[in-house]
Amino acid sequence: MSAAWIALVLAAAGLAFGLRLSRRIQEWVLPAALAVALVALWDLACRFTGSVIFPTPHQTWLASLELIESQRLWGDIVASLFRVTWGFFLAAGVGIPLGLVIGWSTRTFRAMNPIIQGLRPISPIAWIPISILWFGIGDGAGIFLIFLSSFFPITVGTTAAVRNIPLVYQRSALNFGVRGLALFRGVVFPAALPQIITSLRIALGVAWLVIVAAEMVGMDSGLGYLINDARNAGSRYDLVVATMIMIGLIGIVLDFLIRRLERFDEVRWGYVQR
Amino acid sequence: MSSNPDKVVFNGVSKSFGKKGEDLLVLEDINLNIAEGELVCLLGPSGCGKSTLLNIAGGFEAPTTGSVRVDGEPVLRPDPRRVFVFQEYGIFPWASVWDNIVLGIRHLSRERQHEIAQETIDLVGLSGFERSYPMELSGGMKQRVEVARALAVSPDVLYMDEPFGALDSLTRLTMRSELIRIWQDRHPTILFVTHDVDEAIQLAERVVVFSARPGRIEEIIDVDLPHPRDLGAPEYGQVKNRLYERLGVSHRI
Repeated sequence: MSAAWIALVLAAAGLAFGLRLSRRIQEWVLPAALAVALVALWDLACRFTGSVIFPTPHQTWLASLELIESQRLWGDIVASLFRVTWGFFLAAGVGIPLGLVIGWSTRTFRAMNPIIQGLRPISPIAWIPISILWFGIGDGAGIFLIFLSSFFPITVGTTAAVRNIPLVYQRSALNFGVRGLALFRGVVFPAALPQIITSLRIALGVAWLVIVAAEMVGMDSGLGYLINDARNAGSRYDLVVATMIMIGLIGIVLDFLIRRLERFDEVRWGYVQR
Repeated sequence: MSSNPDKVVFNGVSKSFGKKGEDLLVLEDINLNIAEGELVCLLGPSGCGKSTLLNIAGGFEAPTTGSVRVDGEPVLRPDPRRVFVFQEYGIFPWASVWDNIVLGIRHLSRERQHEIAQETIDLVGLSGFERSYPMELSGGMKQRVEVARALAVSPDVLYMDEPFGALDSLTRLTMRSELIRIWQDRHPTILFVTHDVDEAIQLAERVVVFSARPGRIEEIIDVDLPHPRDLGAPEYGQVKNRLYERLGVSHRI
């Protein structure tokens, strides 16, 4: 009991003290202190309510170690990442070229935009029965669902990126006689690229949300399945929460990796003013 | 005033934009002959259609009536021999200074590209910044890149749409004298749009004064002063007075 109180006091002290530090140190100290405070509150809440099912931070920590030591966790992580990677890259491979064409050609935009806008609001989760019907229980259905959930943000984002290209770039290109494929490669694509990368980032975030839900409903491996399995096999809520934290951490890593793309000289200009 | 043959000829150019069912007339019956190698400023209040006229000359917009001819041929579309220098930076932020400047000469051999790019970079004073990206440059340097990109193709005509409008007043003065230097060096025909009376007198051989909307040519005034121009000379003041008078504004505040 006392450990949680001490942690809470330390966190409060950290927050109060952290406010006086330089910006760089604040960026580490403040969130760390806040995290410690939240974990302490979690622990106190468990003890206060006397819950026997909901795990304490310590039980969750032990469950995490159990997961890491078991061979199973890695298999489930690989299964989830495998589906996300394939679905995401397929969606980017189709969505970026399609978005470039729709954004550039007014006629294509007129023809396709209403259909895309009509399909887009359908939750990828709603496609689960159909994906199982078409691909069975397994990676195929997962990849298809991730493809769907990434495809719309990427296509719509790329279309908007092209349509937002300032007129002055198009006129520059026209003035210097750049047209055809060179126009696409040399002007349209690079001008739209910063916003395309932003749409990739959004799509990857959505994909990581969707894969867990899909695995909980219609698959027999992956982190989503692991959560379901832990609950069904004897209400192991400690494993449930440990897996949730794992999902969050992997999500952070994925976002960190895709943000590296924003650092290249060719796209850095697109993020300065924001 | 120039004895050279006509380079750019505006013949009865009008332009109206459809807006809420009504036609908004922005340019009315513009007739103007620009001689080869001449530096002409189009001066007028904001919204008088002078930029629209330049866009029509550049082939980016079509006139509602009338025509523009360059070297006797009607302008139908943009042409690399006549280069537009934009008010907002038209250089590509995703490409280095060097890659921006070779945009218009990408068809030439590597050696020739190298030669021309280096020459224009030196001419506009950007040596040492070849590998920089536009976001790393100041406003004045970005505008130099834009000018260098235009000069690299050795254009016959430069259309400049308030190119120094976004710069601070000191940089603007420097850029004007550099433009005069380049113009005296290469003698392209230059149509320069501005709403700044001083800029017009410092640069132009002739100043075309526009009325407010719909834009009409109010008067064409010769600026018969040799370069470099003395901004304190009485003749300078006389031209200035006349321009202010034609624009219908008092120059005493």
